[in-house]
Amino acid sequence: MLALTALLIVGLAIGFFILSRAKAISASQGVLANLHSRPSYHGTYVMLWAMIVGLALLLALALGWNAYLHAKFIADIRAVLPDARDIQINLVLSDAMAIAAGQVSSKIDPLREATAVSFARADAVRIWATVAISLGGAFIAGVVGMRNISADWRARNRSERIIRGILWASAAVAVLTTLGIVLSLIFETFNFFASIGWRVDKFLFGTRWSPLSGVHDGQMDMDKVGAVPLFAGTLMITGIAMLVAVPIGLFAAIYLSDFASPKVRAWAKPMLEVLAGIPTVVYGFFAAITVAPFIRNTGEALGLSVASESALAAGIVMGIMIIPFISSLSDDVINAVPQSLRDGSYGLGATKAETIRQVVLPAALPGIVSAVLLGVSRAIGETMIVVMAAGQGANLTANPLEAVTTVTVQIVMLITGDTEASTAAGPAFTLAFTLFCITLALNILALRFVRKYREKYD
Amino acid sequence: MVSMTELSKIHNSPESAARLKKRRAAEWRLKAYGILAIVLAGAALITLMWSVVSKASGAFTESYISLPVYLEADEIDPDNTGDPTIIGRANYGGLSKDALKAAFPFVKSRGDKREMYDIISGGAAFELRELAMTTPSVVGQTLDFRFLASDIADLYLKGSYGELIEQNAGGNLTVESSGKTAVVNSSAADFAFVMARLKEDLRGKAAFNRDQAALQENGRAVFVERGDLVEAAKREAERDRLIALAIELEARAAQDGGTEVLDKSSPSVLVRMGETWVKLTAVSATGGEGDVIGTLRNVKLATGDWQVYSQDLPEASRKVSDLQIVLIENLRSAGVVETVFNTRFFTAGDSREPELAGIWGAAVGSFWTMLVTILLAFPIGVMAAVYLEEFAKKNLMNTFIEVNINNLAAVPSIVYGLLGLAVFLGFFGVPRSAPLAGGIVLAVMTLPTIIIASRAAMAAVPPSIRDAALGIGASKLQTAFHHVLPLSMPGILTGTIIGMARALGETAPLIMIGMVAFIVDVPTGITDSATVLPVQIYRWSDFPERAFEARTSAAILVLLVFLVLMNGLAVFLRKRFERRW
Repeated sequence: MLALTALLIVGLAIGFFILSRAKAISASQGVLANLHSRPSYHGTYVMLWAMIVGLALLLALALGWNAYLHAKFIADIRAVLPDARDIQINLVLSDAMAIAAGQVSSKIDPLREATAVSFARADAVRIWATVAISLGGAFIAGVVGMRNISADWRARNRSERIIRGILWASAAVAVLTTLGIVLSLIFETFNFFASIGWRVDKFLFGTRWSPLSGVHDGQMDMDKVGAVPLFAGTLMITGIAMLVAVPIGLFAAIYLSDFASPKVRAWAKPMLEVLAGIPTVVYGFFAAITVAPFIRNTGEALGLSVASESALAAGIVMGIMIIPFISSLSDDVINAVPQSLRDGSYGLGATKAETIRQVVLPAALPGIVSAVLLGVSRAIGETMIVVMAAGQGANLTANPLEAVTTVTVQIVMLITGDTEASTAAGPAFTLAFTLFCITLALNILALRFVRKYREKYD
Repeated sequence: MVSMTELSKIHNSPESAARLKKRRAAEWRLKAYGILAIVLAGAALITLMWSVVSKASGAFTESYISLPVYLEADEIDPDNTGDPTIIGRANYGGLSKDALKAAFPFVKSRGDKREMYDIISGGAAFELRELAMTTPSVVGQTLDFRFLASDIADLYLKGSYGELIEQNAGGNLTVESSGKTAVVNSSAADFAFVMARLKEDLRGKAAFNRDQAALQENGRAVFVERGDLVEAAKREAERDRLIALAIELEARAAQDGGTEVLDKSSPSVLVRMGETWVKLTAVSATGGEGDVIGTLRNVKLATGDWQVYSQDLPEASRKVSDLQIVLIENLRSAGVVETVFNTRFFTAGDSREPELAGIWGAAVGSFWTMLVTILLAFPIGVMAAVYLEEFAKKNLMNTFIEVNINNLAAVPSIVYGLLGLAVFLGFFGVPRSAPLAGGIVLAVMTLPTIIIASRAAMAAVPPSIRDAALGIGASKLQTAFHHVLPLSMPGILTGTIIGMARALGETAPLIMIGMVAFIVDVPTGITDSATVLPVQIYRWSDFPERAFEARTSAAILVLLVFLVLMNGLAVFLRKRFERRW
C-alpha cells in the first residue's frame, strides 16, 4: 500500500511536470525567448517540489507513526499485564498483529483478540491517513509551485539549487554511513564494557576468551573476555599471509614493470587480476578442502602433528589472495618512477638489477610500504577464509601448525550462534569496533606514509 | 690524468671480469625471482581452479534407477475419483519401498532393508506422487518409474568410493550353501591376492602394538624414577601384553596359508555367481566362508561362471555398504541404471539431501539482492561523484566527506554486516534474511568503489570540454549532466560493474544479517527470505555429506561464470568506448 503510494506520488509529480511545462509555454505567449527559463525547467521545478514533499511526508509518517503505535500498544498491554516481561509483551503484540493480518498466531486469548481489533483499526487509520496526507502534501506543493510560473520566474536557477542539494545529500550518505558504523559499534561496545564493570584492560590484555560461558543477569565474567588469543591468532595468520604475499607480489611487480616483455605482461597482469577477482568464499573452500589436508598430510609424513585447521593453511591461502593487491599497487608506484631516473642510472653504467635496487626501489619505497600496510589491513579484516579454514577455539600459541582463531571468526561465531542476540552482540560489536579502529589506523598510516615521503618528480 | 692504458687495464683485468660476472649473476637472480613469483602466483591460480573443477564434475550428472512400481488403485484412489488431492494423500514412500522389495525379495532383515531403501533418494517418492497427481490415469497400473538414486548410490556409481575390481578366478568353484551362509572353495589359489594384503595389515598392526609397547615402557621408566612402583607394574604388564600380541600377529603374518577373518576394517571380497553374491567373512588362499546375498544352493561352477571382486576401501571407511554395492551392481547388470545430465541442480532450491539440492533458489536470491544494490548504489554513487568532482569547493565539510569515502573503501566487509544488523534490521525494521536487507548492506559497501571510479572517470574528461560548455552559456549543472557525465559514462559503468562483481561474491556481511538460513523456496520478491550464491557455497561446504563437496564446487563454478561474464562486460566497455583525450 505504502509502496504504491510512493509510485502514485512519483506519477503525480510527473503529471505536474507536464502541466507546468504547458503552463510555461502558454506564459511565453508563443515566443519561448520571453521566458527566463526553458519550459522543462519550470516543469522540473514543480515536479521536484511535489516529489520531495510527498516522499518526505510519506517516509516520516510511515516510520514515525508505526513507532508511535508500537509504543502505545506496548504501553496498553503493559497496563493489562503489569508483571509480564518485555519479551512476553512483544509476543502478545506480534500475535495480535498476526491475528489482525489474518495469519496464524502462537496463541489466541481475549487480550490478544481485543488488541488485534484495536490494532487493526489504528493501523488502518494510520495507513489511510499516511496515504492521504502524503498525496495531499504532494498535490499542494505542486499547486503552490505552479502558481509561481510566469515568464520572469527563475525556474532553472531554483531547480538547479534543489538538484545540487540532492547531489550534496548523496555525497553526505558516506558521512552518514560512517556515522552509522561508528555509532552502532560504539553503542554496543559501551554496553559490553559496562557489563564487565569498565575493566577495558581485561578485554585488551586478558588471555582467556570465552565470553558467553559466564553470563548471568546481564553481567559477563570479566576474566573470560580476554581478547589476546584472538589478536595473536589474527596477527599470526596475517603474518603468514604477508610472508607469502609480499615477496611474491613485490618480485612479480618488479619483473612485470622492468623486465617483462609486453607479451608476458599481456597475460601475466590479467592473470593476477583474475586472482584478485575470485570471491573470498572460494578461497576459503580452497583452503579448507585442498590446502589444509595437503599441509596436514605433508606434516604427518614428516612426523609433525598438524591440526586440520592449522593457521598455516589459512595464512597461505590468504597470502595468495593478497598477492594481486600488493603486486598491482607496487606495479603502479614502480611505474610512476620517471624513466629519466632509470636512464641516468644506466648512463652511469649500472645494470638493470642495480638500477632497480638502488634507484627505483628507494624512490618507490613509500608507495610500496603503503601497499603492504593496506594489504595488512585487508588481511586483518578478511573473514571467509578464516571462518572456513581457521579454528574456532581461542588458543594462545606460537605454533603455526596449531589451530588458532581470529577476531573475524569470533564475530561470525557470536552473531550466528545460538545465544540470545542481545547477549552475543556485546562482545561481537566490541571486536568489530576494535577491528574498525585497527584498519582505520592502518589506512591513515599508509596515507600519511605516502604523503610524507613521496618524492615529487614533476 | 689517468692514462688510457691504465683504464683499459682496469676494465680488462681478471678482477674486472669477475666483478662483471657477479653483477650479471645478480641481475639474472633478480629476474629469476621475478619469474618464480609469477610462476608461483600462476601455480596457485591453476591449483585453485583445478581443485574446484575436478571436484565439480560429479555434480553435473545424476543417476536414476528404473524399477517397476505398482500403483495399487485400492491404496491410492479406492473410489476412482481421479481427484489429485485424494491421490496426493497416499503413501508413496511405501510404494517406492515395495518396488525395491519386489526387485530384491531375498533382502529380509530390518537392517538390510534399511540399507536397500537407502539406494534411492527420499525425493523419489515425491516425484512419484507428483506423477500420480498430474496424470491420474497411471493409478492402478504398473509402470517403470525412474527413481532418483540417493547420494551414496550416485557417488558409488561415479566411482567415488573406490572401484569394485574383478580379480582373476581361474579355478572351478565348489559351493556348499546353508541358505544364509556358504562355504566356497576354488580348485586354484584364487584368493591369494587378498591373503597377501591381509598379512601386510597384520604386520602393520604388529608394528603399531610394538610402538604402543614402547610408549608403555617409557611410562614405566618414568614411574620407576618417581618411585611409584604400583603404576610402574601396571605399565609393565600392559607392555608385556602388547608385545605378546605383536609377536602373535607377526607369527600369523609369517605363516603361509591359514585362514584370516575379514571384517569391516579390511578390504571386502565378493564372489559373484550371476545374480547371487557371497560376501566373504573368512578367507584362505583357495576359498572361504561368507554371507549369501541372494539365494544359493549347493553347486559346482566352472571357470567363467563365477567371478571374484575386491573393494580395497574397507566397509567402515565408506558410506556405501557391501550389500548396497551388490544391489547396485545387480541393477547395473540389469541395465536399469542410467546417469544423465543433472538439470535438477540448476532448477531446484536448497535441500538437506545432496541429490535434491540445487542452486536456483540462491541464484534468484542473488538476482534480487543485486537488483536492490544497483538501484541504490548506482544513482547515489554517481550523484555523489558529480557533486564531489564538479561542485565541491575546497572546504572543511567536503574534505571530510572525501576522507570519509576513502576510509569507507577500506573498512572490512564484516563491519558493514554489523552495520546492517544494528541499523537497518534493528533500527529501521527491514525484514531479516531478505534480499532488501542484503541489497542495502551491499549497496552501502559498494558505494565508495562506485564513487571513486566515477570520480576518476570524470576527472579524465579534459577541462576544455567544461570550458566550452560554460563558454556558450551552460550552467555548471548543465555542463555536468549534459557533457561531463555522458563522456565519462563508460568509465563509470566499468567501475560500477566491477563493484557489482565484488558485491556478488561477498559473503561475510550477508551472513551477519541472517542470509545463512536454510531456505527451500525460491524467493519471489525483495522481502522474501532468501540466500545468495556465495552464502550457499559457504553453507554447503560445511555439510558433512560427501556429495555436497561436488555441489559446492559446481556452485563455485556457476558463481565464477557470472563473475567472468561481468568482468568481461567491463573489459568490453572499457575497450569499446573508452576515449583517450
